[in-house]
Amino acid sequence: MGKLAIETKGLKKSFGKTHAVAGVDLAVSAGGVYGVLGPNGAGKTTTIRMLATLLRPDAGEAQVLGYDVVRDARAVRSRVGLTGQFASVDEDLTGVENLLLLARLLGYSRRRGRERAADLLDAFGLAEAADRQVKKYSGGMRRRIDIAASLVVTPELIFLDEPTTGLDPRSRNQVWEIVRGMVAEGTTVLLTTQYLDEADQLADRIAVIDHGKVVAEGSSGQLKASVGAGSLHVRLRAPEQRAEAERVLAGVLEVQVEPSADPVALSARISDPERVARSLAELSRGGIDVTEFALGQPSLDEVFLALTGHAAEETPEEDAA
Amino acid sequence: MNAMSAEQASAPVTEDALRSVLAGERPSRPGPVSTSLTFGWRALLKIKHVPEQLVDVTMFPIMFTLMFTYLFGGALAGSTQEYLQFLLPGILVQANVMITMNTGITLNTDIQKGVFDRFRSLPVWRPSPLVGALLGDVVRYSIGSAIVIMLGLVLGFRPEGGAVGVVLSVALLLVFSFCLSWLWTMLSLILRTPNSVAGVSMMVMFPLTFVSNIFVDPKTMPGWLQAVIEVNPITHLATVVRGLMHGSVPAGEIGWVLVSSVLLVAVFGPITMVLYRNKK
Repeated sequence: MGKLAIETKGLKKSFGKTHAVAGVDLAVSAGGVYGVLGPNGAGKTTTIRMLATLLRPDAGEAQVLGYDVVRDARAVRSRVGLTGQFASVDEDLTGVENLLLLARLLGYSRRRGRERAADLLDAFGLAEAADRQVKKYSGGMRRRIDIAASLVVTPELIFLDEPTTGLDPRSRNQVWEIVRGMVAEGTTVLLTTQYLDEADQLADRIAVIDHGKVVAEGSSGQLKASVGAGSLHVRLRAPEQRAEAERVLAGVLEVQVEPSADPVALSARISDPERVARSLAELSRGGIDVTEFALGQPSLDEVFLALTGHAAEETPEEDAA
Repeated sequence: MNAMSAEQASAPVTEDALRSVLAGERPSRPGPVSTSLTFGWRALLKIKHVPEQLVDVTMFPIMFTLMFTYLFGGALAGSTQEYLQFLLPGILVQANVMITMNTGITLNTDIQKGVFDRFRSLPVWRPSPLVGALLGDVVRYSIGSAIVIMLGLVLGFRPEGGAVGVVLSVALLLVFSFCLSWLWTMLSLILRTPNSVAGVSMMVMFPLTFVSNIFVDPKTMPGWLQAVIEVNPITHLATVVRGLMHGSVPAGEIGWVLVSSVLLVAVFGPITMVLYRNKK
């Protein structure tokens, strides 16, 4: 496990009456990816902003790479990188100007800064867009220049706040590759995400945050075990057969079957995958026309339902603030 | 069309390339002067990429000079030519003071866009993003001043203080404007949107520039208003600029302007930095 990259105890932050972070305890070991999973407004961004010294905690303690985020803020700042909706680049400047600006601020000479900027643009596939204003970049390019900007001086720890939100699948894969590459080089990554599959793909350990508190922590396998094997989604041809299908599925699967908002759809959380195949056979024997029959990973909603007893509702206050 | 070329530019990131850029080089930290100048360079780059932002620096003073000279000049001073000799130094003051508002609006936009937090997360001397932005603005003030003076000369403004008087008065204006800007940086850290910064700045700016001796001699005004005008630092600034341009050196008034400049920074600088440090 090695030493801890991040350790927090009872971290709290309120904005007026909103308790954005209501006592977060984290222990993140150095190396690898640590995922912080939660819906909008769960307190992910506020937590990262405190860890990156941008926001002073109301209560509790946080150490990043062994330095206190309040008392040794400067030591923290010189060792971490930051990328997210709140730490971006200057849209009016070109890609190369943005990187050169940061390189100069971090102590590179003009010549070395230019080389460094060119190397980073090359590595992130942005060489051709170097002299274009960042506001003209596509979403994926934009995210890559944001990450490159955090790597001008190689950080020991990088915070990525929802690095793939709003990206198309191809750009998302590129960001994932970058994250894996950074980890291979020994950088510790703390990543927040709203997507369970992203945490699943990248993170060694995951903390699930809800209403400013950690509600579960563990590897993705451990978390999924607590949620169940996954869920079954069934779509029928005719809505009038839904009640009958619900009865058949409930009988075979022996779990609660939920009718969806869509009048021809049903879903069920399953504990025993063996019964799934049998349920399909039963449906066809009962003369029920099935157009779609899919076994999926538990969604974030389902994880939340299992862990917190309520759905992951959208409360987008934090990000707007 | 941009989206097309954008996609072509997105070559995949390879692991080797990534490895080579992650080699840890740690240059030594630059000092406050260096980082402030670098932020000043950013402000100049922004002028280069978004030249439209110079509209307030150019159009506004031209409009005011023309309107006041030809609409009111005859009635106020007997002839437009005579009024221009009085008005132009005042317009120069007004133009510069108005341009300082832009500082707050720009900073607030940075905060909204998220680039501000990137700067705050850097291990640099904390005031340097603000000082740098203000240094960049000094270039804007210079451009604004040059335009007003050129226009004045074309219209018939004849400074008796000569080139030296003009240069000295502009230098003093730049100092005052730089110091006044801290008021707007403070405001921009308190208010939520660039629009509200612009709105509040206007509410401060209009009384501050009009309730002064920029446009007319206050002698004909009621006594209480003269008292207000007398404590307005803009009045003293206009008196100094007018004096220097027309060949007299009002030493006491220069002292007044320098003291108020220092006070502006001494009061609003630290408040700005506290807000900056604790910005949520």
